[in-house]
Amino acid sequence: MSNPLGALFAQSPIRPIQEHMAKAQSCVVLLREFLEASFVKDWEKAYSLQQEIRRIENEADDIKANVRISLPKNIFLPVPRTDLLGLLSTQDKLANGAKDVAGLMLGRKMEIPSPLTDNFRIYFEECLSASEQALKAINELDELLETGFRGREVELVEGLVIELDRLEHKTDLSQIKLRSELFKLEESLPAVNVIFLYKIIDKVGELADISQKIGGRLLLLMAR
Amino acid sequence: MSEIISQYGSIFLILACVFGFFMAWGVGANDVANAMGTSVGAKAITIKQAILIAMVFEFAGAYFAGGEVTSTIRSGIIDIEKAGFADSPELLVYGMLSSLLAAGIWLLVASHNGWPVSTTHSIIGAIVGFAVVGISRDAVVWSKVWEIVASWVVSPMVSGILAFFIFRSVQKLILDTENPFANAKKYVPFYIFLVGFAIAMVTMVKGLRHVGLDFSFGESVVMALGCGVLAMLLGVFMMRSIKDVPGADKDFHFTNVERLFGVLMIFTACSMAFAHGSNDVANAIGPLAAIVGVVQSGGVFVEESALPFWILLLGGAGIVTGLAMWGYKVIATIGRNITELTPSRGFAAELAAATTVVVASGTGIPVSTTHTLVGAVLGVGIARGIGALNLGVVGRIFLSWVVTLPVGAGISIVFFFLFKGIFG
Repeated sequence: MSNPLGALFAQSPIRPIQEHMAKAQSCVVLLREFLEASFVKDWEKAYSLQQEIRRIENEADDIKANVRISLPKNIFLPVPRTDLLGLLSTQDKLANGAKDVAGLMLGRKMEIPSPLTDNFRIYFEECLSASEQALKAINELDELLETGFRGREVELVEGLVIELDRLEHKTDLSQIKLRSELFKLEESLPAVNVIFLYKIIDKVGELADISQKIGGRLLLLMAR
Repeated sequence: MSEIISQYGSIFLILACVFGFFMAWGVGANDVANAMGTSVGAKAITIKQAILIAMVFEFAGAYFAGGEVTSTIRSGIIDIEKAGFADSPELLVYGMLSSLLAAGIWLLVASHNGWPVSTTHSIIGAIVGFAVVGISRDAVVWSKVWEIVASWVVSPMVSGILAFFIFRSVQKLILDTENPFANAKKYVPFYIFLVGFAIAMVTMVKGLRHVGLDFSFGESVVMALGCGVLAMLLGVFMMRSIKDVPGADKDFHFTNVERLFGVLMIFTACSMAFAHGSNDVANAIGPLAAIVGVVQSGGVFVEESALPFWILLLGGAGIVTGLAMWGYKVIATIGRNITELTPSRGFAAELAAATTVVVASGTGIPVSTTHTLVGAVLGVGIARGIGALNLGVVGRIFLSWVVTLPVGAGISIVFFFLFKGIFG
């Protein structure tokens, strides 16, 4: 049974995009537990957490694939289709980034040197706040749809994105500090480890960068 | 006095009633679902409530506002004099029987296969078809036909534009404000007033002549205002119990506001059923009325005879039977498809579509309720109100026109010559 009225309504991508972002954020939250496990060298627990991150990242991939399939060119959307797909692929990088950090650290059984752990924790928490703020902004998508991407709701989301930018900037400063501390320890550590430690600091910082980009994509989406 | 008519009169009457009922059954089984599906999809009403509303308001619409369209289908498309019905009135009977049967069968086949067809287009195609091939090209009032065809393009556009502005006003007055809930409580009753007023006004001015009531314009305005106020008071009463529950807004900040729009949508659902009844019931009873008119007068075609009440009753009964036997399934299916539509959008689309259709009914133009509603939904979509719309539907509707008109005509022509062969 098909009729024009039933066929007129296509699957809205808004809710799946929100679900996708929630999955991406869960990966980052799990990465925190993973890091704690690695700090105490509980590699068994770390392994199971890494598997969990992989599983959720896969679920996020499925959502992404579904949204892409359900958005052929003849679907009429309240915002440009390319902007929505761009937002989705940026969100996807967040889940991927968390998976990469866990994979790399587990593969090399990497330990963060104990003088660095406190500052590393702070640094990671800051990155986590940035991605949390991105999730908060994405959660306003259904309200944006309700108001037709106009007016007060747009202003509210703009405010959330400005805060997101501030949070990301904070992580930049912490990253500089953490790097200089690592630099002081370089002599006492195996060279290969140092290279990978820099890489991990970099990759964790990227999580905040990606979160900021998600905010940027959202602004683009709302711009007329 | 025509011999054939006097000889087979009762057979014609029985056949006409059976075919007319069959056609009305088809309208009830398929078309009503489109009118009610939006409200069910938006979860403003349940399927049971939808059926109840449809039963009452489809009938009311057909009775109070369906006269003009019925008379268009009955005697507006075919030129009675040029077609030579005065000499051989049986031709009109054959033609109308064929049209009913053709449109009914085509609707059955099409909906069985899931093709989107319109009842209105089927019956118009069938009538024009038998008239052109069975009688002559001159038998058709082409100016009327072109007017109808033009309305099939204009009506979705008009309802789309209406829906756009209604929804923009909702955004401005309610959704995009500091306190949407308070503003919804303030403005929703006004929209309810508008629903009651618009429907009552068109009906008073255009429809009631056919049931023997004739009011002046001034009287109509006063009574329509009264209907609007009455609907508004009822709405205020129904909204009284809806409170701004803080917890409900946790995930989605407009949950409570949408509940207020849900009340509004009950009213627009009624108006939609009324509008549908006023326009689409005529597809089944228009041809029936023509046959009954000819047979009862013994072959003399009376241009402006009153519509017998039992014909409307038969049409209404057919629709209700179709709805009860099959239509509720279709409503459920459509309701499941339309999950993304919230009441604030659904009401805008329904109010626009219902108003457009009722105005068309008042003017005696048979339009497609479904297409008008599709136009209205697109209007809301252009106001950036709906998550995702499938524009492929517009192409499918166009395709269904291209197919429905000639197929309806073709089947009707075959039956026309069949009846002519049987009865002479």
